[in-house]
Amino acid sequence: MVDYIWIVIALPLAGAVFLHFFGSRLREPLPGVIATSTIGLGFIYALIATADFFAGTGEAETVHLFDWIAPLGANAELLWDPLSAIMTLTVTGVGALIHLYSIGYMHGDARYGRFFTYLNFFAASMLILVLADNFGLLFVGWELVGLSSYLLISFWFHKPSAAAAGKKAFVVNRIGDVGFLIGLMLILAEFSTLTYGTVLEEPARVITTGMATAITLMLVLGAAGKSAQIPLYFWLPDAMEGPTPVSALIHAATMVTAGVYMVARTAALFELASFSAAAVATIGAFTALFAASIALKQRDIKRVLAYSTISQLGYMFLAVGTGAYVAGIFHLFTHAFFKALLFLGSGSVIHAMGGEQDIAKMGGLRKIMPVTHFTMAVGWLAIIGIPPLAGFWSKDEILAIAFGEGGWFTFLWVIGLITALLTAVYMTRWMYLTFWGEARWEDGVHPHESPAVMTAPLLALAVGSAGLGLLNTPWPFKPALEHFLEPSFEAIKMAHIPSGSTPWILAAVSILTAAAGAWFAYRKYQGADAFDIAPVMPRRTGVWRWVGNAYYVDDIIGNLIVLPGKLVAAWTAFVLDSEIIDGSVRAVGGGVRRIGGWLRPIQTGFTRNYAAVTFAGVVGLLLWFVTRGVG
Amino acid sequence: MEVTAGWYLALGALLFVIGASGMLLRRNALVMFMSIELMLNAVNLTFVAIGRHVGDLNGQVAVFFVMVVAAAEVVVGLAIMIAVFRRRASASVDDLAMLKG
Repeated sequence: MVDYIWIVIALPLAGAVFLHFFGSRLREPLPGVIATSTIGLGFIYALIATADFFAGTGEAETVHLFDWIAPLGANAELLWDPLSAIMTLTVTGVGALIHLYSIGYMHGDARYGRFFTYLNFFAASMLILVLADNFGLLFVGWELVGLSSYLLISFWFHKPSAAAAGKKAFVVNRIGDVGFLIGLMLILAEFSTLTYGTVLEEPARVITTGMATAITLMLVLGAAGKSAQIPLYFWLPDAMEGPTPVSALIHAATMVTAGVYMVARTAALFELASFSAAAVATIGAFTALFAASIALKQRDIKRVLAYSTISQLGYMFLAVGTGAYVAGIFHLFTHAFFKALLFLGSGSVIHAMGGEQDIAKMGGLRKIMPVTHFTMAVGWLAIIGIPPLAGFWSKDEILAIAFGEGGWFTFLWVIGLITALLTAVYMTRWMYLTFWGEARWEDGVHPHESPAVMTAPLLALAVGSAGLGLLNTPWPFKPALEHFLEPSFEAIKMAHIPSGSTPWILAAVSILTAAAGAWFAYRKYQGADAFDIAPVMPRRTGVWRWVGNAYYVDDIIGNLIVLPGKLVAAWTAFVLDSEIIDGSVRAVGGGVRRIGGWLRPIQTGFTRNYAAVTFAGVVGLLLWFVTRGVG
Repeated sequence: MEVTAGWYLALGALLFVIGASGMLLRRNALVMFMSIELMLNAVNLTFVAIGRHVGDLNGQVAVFFVMVVAAAEVVVGLAIMIAVFRRRASASVDDLAMLKG
């Protein structure tokens, strides 16, 4: 089974190639059905291949496909261990549901077939990323994921904002990739190979702590780009310009988790470089708080979720930076479910509202969209951390471990707790303004419940969001996921939940925090007037103006980095190129022309003139030879 | 009076000067051609005379080359002239100054 694990990659890849050539000729649901079944079959195959790990008898295996760059240790080799298995299951499982949902959501789109080409291509890229057995192949997947994300964000490229968002995502990711690439070069220089097995097995024998810190900090830059962390987070909110399933698949469930996965995979290096690990945790905690505060004042139904995603990814970074790799992967796993659920649900709402995305103009959808509302409520409770839903278990495991580490991490725990409070506030606000209260629809909007092909994935994801937290509960069951992932982190010293009564108290504190936040937001919006947006969206004053405009980060970057870049480009184009370089070329041409102008009167056109000159020349030569003497 | 090589050389020089003068002074293309032939043959005469004088056959070999080349040149030249004449009904070379600078 494991020997043919490449089938999991090959299936969606074959689907993408097939749909690339024939997708536009097939009738509507067919491309979607093909794409969904390729990734669905991949999920089933991966599930069977994981069976041994479930049983606890599986061994990590390397599958050699063919030589690629053998001298660098970068061959087409796949690694099948519990970590890549759980990533594969997340990508294919959540991915399949999102593919299924897209069949309904993209109904009637002119480029229906092309959309599924890209979706399948993305899935294949992501699977290359998580299944790679060396940094070379990881990088291939890493870049392909960036490319497919670009294609999907700017899928509706006729909208200038979508085209710009795709470009922005791509460029910001490339900035992170520069760091990542430098990290890979350092690894290659130190270890002479890119294979995980050699690099990650006791790296302390080969490199010093300083070198490990340098390598890991470079890797963190790449991870921050891909996983939308400070300082490279600002592409993700714009990426919401893509179709909603894209937001769910790429910007919640899979691609953005690549950075977290990479840090977890290179845990051995981060263990050696405690500074980098602390940096990861700090970046994560501050990103979580920062993004959560921005989410408080967003009006776009998807932008709230986008900032929420950044915030939740911050939790994952906090976890892997603290050394709680299992908790980080656990949160990645549960977040994939409830965030995909929330995104798909918001897609369902947008679909129902005829394209409206402003939550100030929604409200009262609870009765009209019962299935969507019910599943969203599950997602809402999951993300704000109400037990026994999934988000509670994973988020609180992270917070408890951070608290247990002590020192600086206690401070990060405080930040994480504040973030949890803010999460409860903005998600309740989001729920209230969208589904509860009175209807504030614009005229001519007639919401309706979405078709079954869209609500079925919602229900499936809701079940996952509700139940999958039980995979890793310390109580009443054994932490199954931790046991499952153990072989991948054998050599790593992991942080664990503190023992005794501390986790109980911490859990109680976070439940109270979440409940307080939710109650506060509920009360605040309960009194909102039915047909007036003003009380719902009061005018922003003071600090809220900053928050509402996402701290003007886009403007700052626009003026500090993009504008000088544009000026340099303009100078290069309109001064350096068109004046200096083109000018010198034109000067040479003009000079030749002028000299020609001087010489042209010599050509009189009269044959006898030429003959006379010839004779004069001959006579002159003769005279010269005669007077000087030949030789 | 013995006719020495000098006479032939003098005759060659005279013919060459006549040819050169015709080349420079006449504007009818046909006459200019005849002048060129005259110059070529003046040179031929010189070659033969000197070849004979120094007892070297190469002088006569050179003459054959000149004659062959002259024949070829006349063929091309006359063809051009006929083509021009058909178009303009004139054989004056001064009318053909369109390509001047």
